[in-house]
Amino acid sequence: MTTAIFVIVLTGALVAAACALLGSFLVLRRMAMLADAISHAILPGIVAGYFFAQGPNLLAGFAGAALAAAVTVAVVEALQNTRRVGGESAIGIVFPAMFALGTFFVSKYFANVHLDNDAVLYGNIEFAAFDVLIINGVNWGPQSLWVLGALCVVNLLFVVLFFKELKLATFDPGLAAALGFSPALIHYALMTMVSITAVGAFTAVGAVLVVAFMIVPAATAYLLTDDLRRMIAIAVSVGILSAAGGFVVAFIFDASVAGAMATMAGICFLLALLFSPSHGLVTRFKRLRRQRMRLAMENLVVHLLNHEHVAYEEHEAEVNHLSSELRWQTGFARRVIGLAQRAQLVQLTDGHLALTDAGRELARRAAATTVEPSSDLLAASP
Amino acid sequence: MGGLIELFTDYTLRNVALGSALLGVVSGVLGCFAVLRRQGLLGDALAHAALPGICLAYLLTASKTPVVLLLGAAVAGWLATLLILQIVKHTRISEDGALGIVLSTFFAFGIVLLTFITKRSDAHQSGLDKFLFGQAATLVEEHVITMAALGGAALGMVALLYKEFKLLAFDAPFAASLGFDTNVLSVLLTSLIVIAIVIGLQTVGVVLMAAMLIGPAVAARQWTDRLGVMIILAALFGAGAGVAGALISVSDKGIPTGPMIILSLTVIVLCSLFFAPARGLVWDALRRTRQRAALAK
Repeated sequence: MTTAIFVIVLTGALVAAACALLGSFLVLRRMAMLADAISHAILPGIVAGYFFAQGPNLLAGFAGAALAAAVTVAVVEALQNTRRVGGESAIGIVFPAMFALGTFFVSKYFANVHLDNDAVLYGNIEFAAFDVLIINGVNWGPQSLWVLGALCVVNLLFVVLFFKELKLATFDPGLAAALGFSPALIHYALMTMVSITAVGAFTAVGAVLVVAFMIVPAATAYLLTDDLRRMIAIAVSVGILSAAGGFVVAFIFDASVAGAMATMAGICFLLALLFSPSHGLVTRFKRLRRQRMRLAMENLVVHLLNHEHVAYEEHEAEVNHLSSELRWQTGFARRVIGLAQRAQLVQLTDGHLALTDAGRELARRAAATTVEPSSDLLAASP
Repeated sequence: MGGLIELFTDYTLRNVALGSALLGVVSGVLGCFAVLRRQGLLGDALAHAALPGICLAYLLTASKTPVVLLLGAAVAGWLATLLILQIVKHTRISEDGALGIVLSTFFAFGIVLLTFITKRSDAHQSGLDKFLFGQAATLVEEHVITMAALGGAALGMVALLYKEFKLLAFDAPFAASLGFDTNVLSVLLTSLIVIAIVIGLQTVGVVLMAAMLIGPAVAARQWTDRLGVMIILAALFGAGAGVAGALISVSDKGIPTGPMIILSLTVIVLCSLFFAPARGLVWDALRRTRQRAALAK
């Protein structure tokens, strides 16, 4: 039982790592939906491979799938080049056709024998430990670990060896072409790796969830860093983390392991979307509010400084007067004053505000860098 | 010809064919607007996103009535659209990436819920797993009536707001400048697409639904430059593919209806691309060879 669990988690982690290695480039090159199309379209290829090999032969599956992927990419591009069909429509026509062909073959020739349609969608990772690799009668352990381990190594080599080319072709295809790297060649190489990875991951997580493992961790990483190397490293870590977390969830609820793993990746993405230090929605909202309050406090102290030591100082420093003078809502004014008090910029005595030394210092600095302080500044703040 | 006669006499086949034809009409019409707005794949994302909505609706109400499931799918679809829009608007992730993320994670969550439901109840009792590949072969009269009602309502809305949707599809900024609320129209159009998807889930399933929206519209586009004609043609192509798929699937055992509908549709799309007058690729190629020959003389 424990070995089975270990094999399942390790399989999931290897799928996640292999997919995430390529995913960063897919996200950056806006090829997420093309990858989705490929992962669907390999189905008839795999089935045809199994058909000719008369059984679930791995190599035949690989060959068929690679062929199907090549056909898909070529047909999508040919359709786009006719200018009769929009780019996204071309994808939306080709992959359902291929997938329909695949499910037709599965129901007609393989019903419940080597493949069934549900496994096509979300895989059979639960049985990873029982599908062992036997060569010349020697038991080499679970086949999925060998296949996916090899896939990880191949993808890692691809990314490491061609890192410079991939990076250049992704961020500046024009320059890449000018320097003599063919962006088209790199494009097709990447597509080939995607299809090979999709086949390798097929038995474990099915054709539809592969794309979650490819794109979602990479998109999560894209929200967390600006550095490509770091992005790939984060994507792989997020993928492996989701695989482990997803298994626990699936174990508790007795649900699909591959589905739970992909869902965990989605939760990671949601967290990054909300709380990423640089790009998170909540973080950005908070930063905006902080900037607005800082500006308001500067306005407040500059206003007080301007009216220090003048005849009507008493009146200008009244809390109630501030709201109308700086055109602040009463609630907002109270919040700003509260913050300024806590920052020890002003002191409040009997409804009158007085600058502290720190407040006067800030006001002088702010007045030196800003023009006439007015409420317009607030409106103009980012 | 035997199939055609059975079409009118065989009860099951009539329901299957009628249901598939209905789906073809509704998704063909709505797909025209989606394709013209370059949002064909949004339908794909919505179809995948509907799965967790349907499962949650079932878990919460323990009911399988189409209206409940429709509500679940609509809420999930609406949430997915919102998420995609927010991701594109507020982050540097492209629309393509946002679609992929939402589609795959919603679907994954749907799979989790689905396996949770199936393992809890007696195997396959809930019947929800049929939504993955559709269950056209098990359509009964009640389903067809519900589909007709839903589809009729959606088509009625399109007829009522035809002018507005047309403007939105071809020149959204102009529509906004005329005082139409393009956001409301957009949401409305997306909601109608969700209705088409819910009808489609019964018949062709989550994964193949994208083609039901995109295929008829792309095929119809090749034959005409007028929106009205395009919509009527798309409806006809969709219906034709639906009936053809149903007929092929009953001709032999073990042929699933959904994939056959999609494959029939693909044939229609390919024929249109190659042989449609004016825009057909074959005529284009012929014209070019003739010109080249004339030039060589």
